[in-house]
Amino acid sequence: MSQPAASHIVLDPALAPPFPKAVLPVLRNPQLRKNVAHAIDVIQFKRAKLVAEKTDWQELRAAASAIRAHALDHLGEYLEQFEARCTGAGGHVHWAADAAEAREVIAGILRAEGAGEVIKIKTMTSAEIQLNPWLEAAGIRTYETDLAEIILQLGKDEPSHIVVPALHVSRSQVRDIFARSMGIKDLSDEPQALTAAARNYLRQKFLKVPFAISGANFLIAETGGVAIVESEGNGRMCLTLPRTLIALAGIEKVIPRYNDLEVMLQVLARSATGERMNPYTSLWNGVTPGDGPQNFHVVLLDNGRSAMLRHRTERQTLKCIRCAACMNACPVYRQTGGHAYGSVYPGPIGAILTPQLMHLEHAQSLPFASSLCGACYEVCPVKINIPEVLIDLRAKVTDQERNEARRFFDPLYLGLRIANVIFSRAWLFRTAQWWGRIGLKLFTRGDGWIHSLPSVGGRWTMTRDLRGLPRQTFRQWWAERAKEKP
Amino acid sequence: MRASLFITCYNDTLYPETGRAVVRLLERLGVDVAFNPGQTCCGQMHANTGFRGEAFSQAKRLIRLYRDAEAVVIPSSSCVAMMRDQYPGLIEELGSDSLRRDFEALLPRVHELSEFLVDKLGAEDVGAYFPHRVTYHASCHGLRGLHLGDRPFRLLNKVRRLELVPLPNLDRCCGFGGTFSVKNAEVSSAMMAVKLQDVLGTGAEYCTALDNSCLMHLGGAMHRQFAGMKTIHMAEILASTEEVRAEVAA
Repeated sequence: MSQPAASHIVLDPALAPPFPKAVLPVLRNPQLRKNVAHAIDVIQFKRAKLVAEKTDWQELRAAASAIRAHALDHLGEYLEQFEARCTGAGGHVHWAADAAEAREVIAGILRAEGAGEVIKIKTMTSAEIQLNPWLEAAGIRTYETDLAEIILQLGKDEPSHIVVPALHVSRSQVRDIFARSMGIKDLSDEPQALTAAARNYLRQKFLKVPFAISGANFLIAETGGVAIVESEGNGRMCLTLPRTLIALAGIEKVIPRYNDLEVMLQVLARSATGERMNPYTSLWNGVTPGDGPQNFHVVLLDNGRSAMLRHRTERQTLKCIRCAACMNACPVYRQTGGHAYGSVYPGPIGAILTPQLMHLEHAQSLPFASSLCGACYEVCPVKINIPEVLIDLRAKVTDQERNEARRFFDPLYLGLRIANVIFSRAWLFRTAQWWGRIGLKLFTRGDGWIHSLPSVGGRWTMTRDLRGLPRQTFRQWWAERAKEKP
Repeated sequence: MRASLFITCYNDTLYPETGRAVVRLLERLGVDVAFNPGQTCCGQMHANTGFRGEAFSQAKRLIRLYRDAEAVVIPSSSCVAMMRDQYPGLIEELGSDSLRRDFEALLPRVHELSEFLVDKLGAEDVGAYFPHRVTYHASCHGLRGLHLGDRPFRLLNKVRRLELVPLPNLDRCCGFGGTFSVKNAEVSSAMMAVKLQDVLGTGAEYCTALDNSCLMHLGGAMHRQFAGMKTIHMAEILASTEEVRAEVAA
């Protein structure tokens, strides 16, 4: 019997513990680390193969980046164009300034229709506004229809990845969750058996519930259309069968023209799942009488996004198309998985997006949850320079914290302030080198190595030795050599 | 050719043998090496930890210090990457035209060690001799920041008696990450554990790199674990000859 996949995971940045604390149970969990590493190694391998076969990949990337940057530069115009075209085609467009407003709008539509249940396509934006628990509390049952989301919903778990949200759950754990919650005895963990169980469960919901909530991969300003890409076809069921469809989308999701999809869909599929094309691409405009949902609503969510647009460096965060290539490439994410980020958006993009959505009032540890190795920037299909944004956000967090009284004697803050003075004059640096050698001598063992240090140094010697300081610095050697030379 | 050595603050203090090796190597290749004793730090540690104001003052200091240097050689990819990737943004924020002019004139003359050897001196065979089994760790800043490409391999392949063992997952970070190694020590250590599996699996005697920072992290763990492998900066391999062996191997 395998362990339950998760317990007490908090994906609310306002409540989640800081990243260095949140990782501890994960790092000690061999099953979880194995599941995560295996899953992302498989996706990474597929992506690398498909990107390599594309001889114009860098040109495609540049084009995708330019389309997204242009859309953000004219965001207001394109959103208004989208609203006009969508409304003209029979849709209703709602503007939500924050999570609370978006939830109210959605609940209002559902209440007006007398909905007690709603089916859902995988949408991270709905998790961002904590929609499910809120609707449940309001008496509206939510049913996820994406296979991974079903696993998480039935297993009382949370997403740990934005494209494959249940990648931390193994097949045998899925079997246990399905067997328990669907009441199926003797369920095998063969993929066919598991998908058959999920299909049975889903078909009943699809036939019974006439209300659906979706996200959006792209909003097309030119046509007022909405695009959704998915792998299972369950999304298309939600988009076609119900009477009422509500699409929740961040305001940054807009692209100017229908033709832009040519570029965006190519880079998205290859980056996200390592496929040349994703299996299901759904595109629709407003309402078509007698065909598909007859009530169609789009909720445009700001929730901190327009504030991000104001910063020269940070605004590139909004170019993101949620492909998750950055988390698949991230060596930190590979060890920790997604839950430790305490947000529905984990990995490198989460480390820059979440704190900004929180106006830097929460999630301040996330910009530091990176070794700045640059793998995320290298794979990003829309060229978001994530390390650059991370460093910028670190400066903002440090500016916030450095004047707090409790930080004054924080060894790292104190050390860096002192180091700055030392680095300002060569003679001070020489003096500090001399005192450093004397000080560290106390901790240097007979083998010439330091095995244990106090305070912040102990964070180093926790797993690593440090060679004791040499008798002579380089500059001393140089000075001595210059004296000897004629 | 005259080159000014920016040794970097931590090499100066912790790894002077790397600096001595650079001097020995470059002088052997006919370079007139200079050392400006006013040098301290490039500001990377402060910039990457969010101390932008402090990084400003160190960047300013460094640019002024090397204004007249014919060429600056730095045996640390991450410090070179700091100057190339972060100085422009810092300078723009400072808004000083004279500083910008000085920096733009200086930047083309700043070289990481392997760039200097291969691109400036056109030297791949530097006459080195190192009779050991060696694996090369590509630091993230060298690989993705400076795009050093095959330069390190071209240099190592010409070292006599050196047996180069390829390192699997070459592009994966070792987990050092500057202050990340203490702020997120547990994750840093988990990343290191994965990297060490690959490094130790090569069966090499030495793991080399162009950054002592990664090597301090990996070498510190190897020492802790009695792993039986040592780390060595590539400058020391390239400086060693049959007559003068590398200090760490002597």
